[in-house]
Amino acid sequence: MRAFNAVFTRDLRVAFRRWSELAHPLVFFIIVVTLFPLALSPTSAQLRELGSGVLWVAMLLSSLLALDGLFRSDADDGTLEQLLLSPAAITVTVLAKVAAHAVVTLVPLVCLVPLAALSFNIPLVALPTLVLALVLATPTLSVLIALGAALTVSLRRGGSIVGLLVLPLTSPLLIFGARATDLGINGEPTAAPLFLLAALAALALALGPIAIAAAVRVGLE
Amino acid sequence: MLRAQDLAVWRAERCLFEALHFELHAGQLALLVGPNGSGKTTLLRILAGLGEPTTGVATWNGATIGQLEADERGALAYRGHLEALKRDLTVAENLEFHAALWGGQADCREVLADLKLSDAADTRVRYLSAGQRRRASLATLRVSGAKLWLLDEPTTNLDGEGRAVLRDWTSRHLATGGLAVIATHQPDEFTRSGVLLIEL
Repeated sequence: MRAFNAVFTRDLRVAFRRWSELAHPLVFFIIVVTLFPLALSPTSAQLRELGSGVLWVAMLLSSLLALDGLFRSDADDGTLEQLLLSPAAITVTVLAKVAAHAVVTLVPLVCLVPLAALSFNIPLVALPTLVLALVLATPTLSVLIALGAALTVSLRRGGSIVGLLVLPLTSPLLIFGARATDLGINGEPTAAPLFLLAALAALALALGPIAIAAAVRVGLE
Repeated sequence: MLRAQDLAVWRAERCLFEALHFELHAGQLALLVGPNGSGKTTLLRILAGLGEPTTGVATWNGATIGQLEADERGALAYRGHLEALKRDLTVAENLEFHAALWGGQADCREVLADLKLSDAADTRVRYLSAGQRRRASLATLRVSGAKLWLLDEPTTNLDGEGRAVLRDWTSRHLATGGLAVIATHQPDEFTRSGVLLIEL
């Protein structure tokens, strides 16, 4: 637990001292969701129909922007090999890194999505469902991102490959997340897709750290 | 006790070293010497558990390195060319992080005072000189409380005073039953009685 706290607070500290980098995914998200209405010049009814899909795709794309530094900077300064060598379990330290990354990149994004949803004319009653779906999707998304980052840690320029690697895997999140949002907009029961998102989150949190730890180990050899 | 049995490393068709045997007991120092590219770093990484030899096995207290239990793993500390410091954190924060990760109990302020780094304790590592960074990196090694030090050219960038501190620390570490393997191009600096010289 001490190791988890140490890694978690260290990563938060480093992230906040480089806070300008934290804004990149947020700005990217805002730009993407503004480009859609501009390109389509739609009516408000069309906007509402497109809205949930656009928001989810924009959110997934912008979360990829922040992923490169997750393990790369630690690998470059040698702290990643120290995490591997330390007596603390690597699955625990990796989970701490993923959690810190989720807090500084995904949580602000999740907060921004409901605001953007309003501009897509999505009714207020659908917002709780949207936020809940996003919150449930966050653990799975962070684990997938971390897995991609860990697998490409030894590549000098891993940026584009990570997208190819991670984006297809996020499709279940997109399907269930957008579905839940649509059902919420139409005032229908949303439990089924939300439960599926929760199940994915449980699976990712249980197996993810083991896979990420293995990927880090391979990447550093 | 650190033991290497019949270690060999092949890179593609080239043999870095083979048939390497040695044993290192508590309180003993091994110096690793050899020209650039002779495999000093590779050997240290194998001893740390970061690499695998092509043949042979390295053991710590009888257990294969790389498959050590968590508490045994904490007995080994490796410092290579990378300093293992976060550039956006202060020196003190870096030390506290390493101490927490290793469960070490050393007093960070005292270690910094030893190294004449007290004034820099609250400076971010990115503003330090290369020599100061090297000192800070050695300080993290000290707070980890490891028994076996695996150091890859630790005197790089260090001035005379820094080298003296490192020699002093090494002697004290060995006197308290610690072990050290140091790769160096200036073996004279560390030469003392009972030192094991490994030539690659």
